[in-house]
Order: sequence, then C-alpha cells, then structure tokens
Amino acid sequence: MGVRTIGIFGAGKSGTAIARVAIRAGYDVRIATSGPAERSGLITRVMIPEATTVDAAGLAAGSDLVVIAVPLRRYRNLPLAGLAGRTVIDVMNYWRPIDGLLPEFEAADRPSSEVVRSHLPSTARLVKTLNHIGYHEIEDLARPAGAPGRIALGVAGDDPPAVADVAAFVDRIGFTPAIVGGLADSAVLQPGSPLFGADLTEPGLRRELCAARSAVP
Amino acid sequence: MEIGAFTFADVSVRGGVAAPQRIPELIEEIVLADEVGLDVFGLGEHHHPAFGAPAPPVTLAAAAARTSRIRLTSAVTVLSTADPVRVLEEFHALDLVSGGRAELMVGRGALLDSFRLFGHDLQDYEQLFDEKLRLLLRLREGGPVTWSGRFRPPLHGETVLPRPVQDPLPVSVAVGGSPQSAVRAAAVGLPLMIGTLGGQAHQLAPIAELYREALGHYGKERLPIGMSLHGFVADTSQRAGEIYFPADAELRNVVGARLGVREVTAEHMAAQNGPGSTYAVGSPQQVIEKILHYHEVLGHQRTMLQLAVGPVPHRDLMRAIELLGTEVAPVVRAEVARREAVAPVGEAA
Repeated sequence: MGVRTIGIFGAGKSGTAIARVAIRAGYDVRIATSGPAERSGLITRVMIPEATTVDAAGLAAGSDLVVIAVPLRRYRNLPLAGLAGRTVIDVMNYWRPIDGLLPEFEAADRPSSEVVRSHLPSTARLVKTLNHIGYHEIEDLARPAGAPGRIALGVAGDDPPAVADVAAFVDRIGFTPAIVGGLADSAVLQPGSPLFGADLTEPGLRRELCAARSAVP
Repeated sequence: MEIGAFTFADVSVRGGVAAPQRIPELIEEIVLADEVGLDVFGLGEHHHPAFGAPAPPVTLAAAAARTSRIRLTSAVTVLSTADPVRVLEEFHALDLVSGGRAELMVGRGALLDSFRLFGHDLQDYEQLFDEKLRLLLRLREGGPVTWSGRFRPPLHGETVLPRPVQDPLPVSVAVGGSPQSAVRAAAVGLPLMIGTLGGQAHQLAPIAELYREALGHYGKERLPIGMSLHGFVADTSQRAGEIYFPADAELRNVVGARLGVREVTAEHMAAQNGPGSTYAVGSPQQVIEKILHYHEVLGHQRTMLQLAVGPVPHRDLMRAIELLGTEVAPVVRAEVARREAVAPVGEAA
C-alpha cells in the first residue's frame, strides 16, 4: 500500500514545481485549480503534460497524498470536507507582507498549520513540509538520496504513519526529510525562522533546530 | 532583440544617497541610455523607503523632455491599486510629452505596500487586477465606455482624452512566473514581460511556451515576450561583482527584514550569478553570452536589465549604461538577427 498518486490543489508557482518533481520521481500527479477549467487545462497540458487535470471536488478521492499549494488566503474556498481520512501536506505560509493581514492567523498564538487543521475534518492527517524552500529551488535543488550537498526539508505532523508517508515522498522527490515534531512545533518552519528559505543540508538544519529550541524560553 | 534597463530608483535607507540627489542622477542616466542607443528604459513603482519613484510617469516625463529615441515604460505600474482612468490619462500625457515613446507595463505588484496605502484588501488580489485590466483595455480602445464593476464607480459613456500619439497606447503585462498570469496576458492579447529574481533561465521556458500556446488558444496574433532580470556591466567581471552584489545584498536585507527571511551576504548574491542563471552581472562579453543564452531558451524579443538593485553609485551606473549600449547591445542584436534569419521569430529555441 505505497503512495502512488499525488493530488495537488493549485497550479501556481509552487503547485507546478511540486508537480514536476513528483512526476520526475515516478508518481502519478493530479492537479486541480480554482481558475476556469479551460485555463487550468491549458496550464497543465503545456507545463506539466504528464499530470491529469481534475475538478477540485474530485481531487482528494483518488489521491494517496493531497498537497495544498494555494495562497493561504484562499484555502478555505477548497472542498475541505473531501479531505476526511486523507493525508494532507500543507505547503502554505502565513506571510503578512505577501498575504496581507489575515485576522485568523494574526490572532493565533499557534503555528499557521494548526489553524489550517482546525478547518479540516477531524480525520484528516495534516503534515507541514515543502513550505520553507523557494519554488525555484524545489526544481533546482532536488537531488537523489546520498548526493553530496542534498538539501533537507523539515516535516512536522501529529500522525506518525502520515508523517512517515510524507517523509518518504519528500525523500523520493529529492530532499532529505528531517522530522521536527508535531504541528505544534511547526513554527520553526515558518517565515521568520532561521530555517526559512535557508536551503540547508541535514546537519545544518539540525543545528538550526537545536539553536531554535534552546532559544525558546 | 531590444535591449533596455530598468530600475526602482533605489535610494539608501542607511544614510547614503537620498531621493533629492538620486532622482536628478537617474534622469542623467536615462539621457545617457538614449544617447548610447538603448531601446527602452523602465521605471518601477514601489511605495517603500528603499525606492524613489512611486509615480513613474512623472519621473519619466522629465526624462522624456531630455531624450529623443528611447522608449519609456513603467516597470511596473501596480494596476490593482490604481484607477485605470487616471493611469491611462497619465500615460497618454507621457506619450504626448515624449512624442509617442510611452509604454505602460502593468502588474499585480510584488511588495504590496500599495494595497495598504490605497486601502485595498489583499483578499481581492486577483479580482482587482482582472477587473482593472479589462476596464483599462476598454478605455484604451477609445470609447465612449459604459462600464460598472466592483472596485470603481461606474462609467457612463466616458472617453479618456486627449488621445495619445500612439493610439492605442502600448500596454504589456509583467508576470513573476505565475502560469495563471501568463494565460491571462494571452487571453487579453497583451505582450508578456517575464520578471525574474533569480533561478535558472531554463525554468522560464515553460512559461513562454504556455503564453504562446495560450495566444493560439484564444485566437490572438503572435505577440512579443520580454524578460527582465538582475544584471550589470562593468569593464571586468570582478569590478561588476564588487559594485553589484554588496548593494543587492543590502537591499535584499532591507526588504527581507520585513519578510522574515534570513540575512544574505554579497557572496550569497554572487552565487546567484552562475552559468544559466537569470543573473547577468559581468564584463560585456559575459553579459552578451548570458543574454544570447536566454534568447536560445525563450526566443524572446526584449531584455531589460535591472542595473541597480540597492544603492549603486551614479558613476558606476553611467559606465554600465554606456557599456550596455555600446558594447553589449550591438553584438546581441546582430547575433539575434542572424538567428532569426535562420529560424522564424519565437521558434529559435
């Protein structure tokens, strides 16, 4: 029962980059976008011809992993009920200069992924990763396991089997997974953290994690 | 291939050159760009302490009065937070001042300060741009226009007057790599400018291909593609790096501090300048090779270098413009013309 099919919400910069590395790694990729169907179809056909365009409503049902790669201000518009029982990857960030002020996230004294999870069905298993690397770098820096200088990506989640599935996905698309803890610990992957946008190898990422933890009062 | 330069009129936030000195210097730089035969000069709108040109058509009009051939464009006008009627009036005015050399490049904006300043909600990011672009294009065609929408009071049979020398005014759409934006530009039949901030040039090829496919899909004629990038020319590659990367890092850190991204050094920025990258900082020969590589990948028609990212001294900018116009542009134009004689435009890749 391995993960074979990746469903991606969003055919923007991140969504298309993740789709391409996933296809290169041998996954079946399905992608759903919010725009008009003809526009989505055109984007997929030209930019990710190996991917299948599907309706947002039907994305989760046929996907072993679901990736949410839309702007954070738009995730509430997705058909979230369909995520019941699914493993879901949150690649979104609350980045105020980019997203504007989102009161729900501004007020939260917890990581953005915990806010996102509060809007998903209780049986959805949310895992945070792929959010602290630039979309260019997703394609540029993907390397096979064991390659020198391979970049590590933090993975945070509360359901160990889901975290293991996502870590295996991260590894196969070209990055060393580094499990940082539960969603409550995922602040260390967010904008403002020394890890964010830093493109670190695993030892470097571990060092930053230790430093970040010891800095917590 | 058209070769040009653009800037956000960077000023120092750390006690260096401020706007009252920088803006007259910038006008001299545009005058020199005209003299050395660059095709286009762009000025970008930001509303941020590190930049000195929040109102590009005003500053460009001063340059228009001192130049005769160079095209003058915004790069970009943040259309989402502006009134299309006013924007068109201003660029019609620039076109009249310049004798038909104005261009309007519209975009959604990257730093987003204008949303706060003009009281717009980022929740409407996509809808604002869509609605205003469609209104702008109707007004551009002439009129009278009767229109109503969400973000501006209705219009009842209005025409934007006076009409420009170039009627309709040339308008292009700048995109930052978003596929949806490239398709939108094709759907409305406007030329595309692909903006880059780093990364590899080959990653832009799918966006260019998507745009060309989309033009066909929407039944539009073939339209030009441009590319903008970080670039600088000095007499030697070492000198170019010494001038460009410390300023680039300084600006990156000023903007990055607000974005919560890690501090970078000049060495980090220099590492972006590798083979195949969308950084073209070096000697004239190196910049020629970079631009010709981009042309191989994209088959595009215009290249615009962001000569100063952060506070770069005026004398170094003057030399860069001189080298770009006299040494880089002639070689690039000749080689691209040779390639296009062999393969039709846009199919060079």
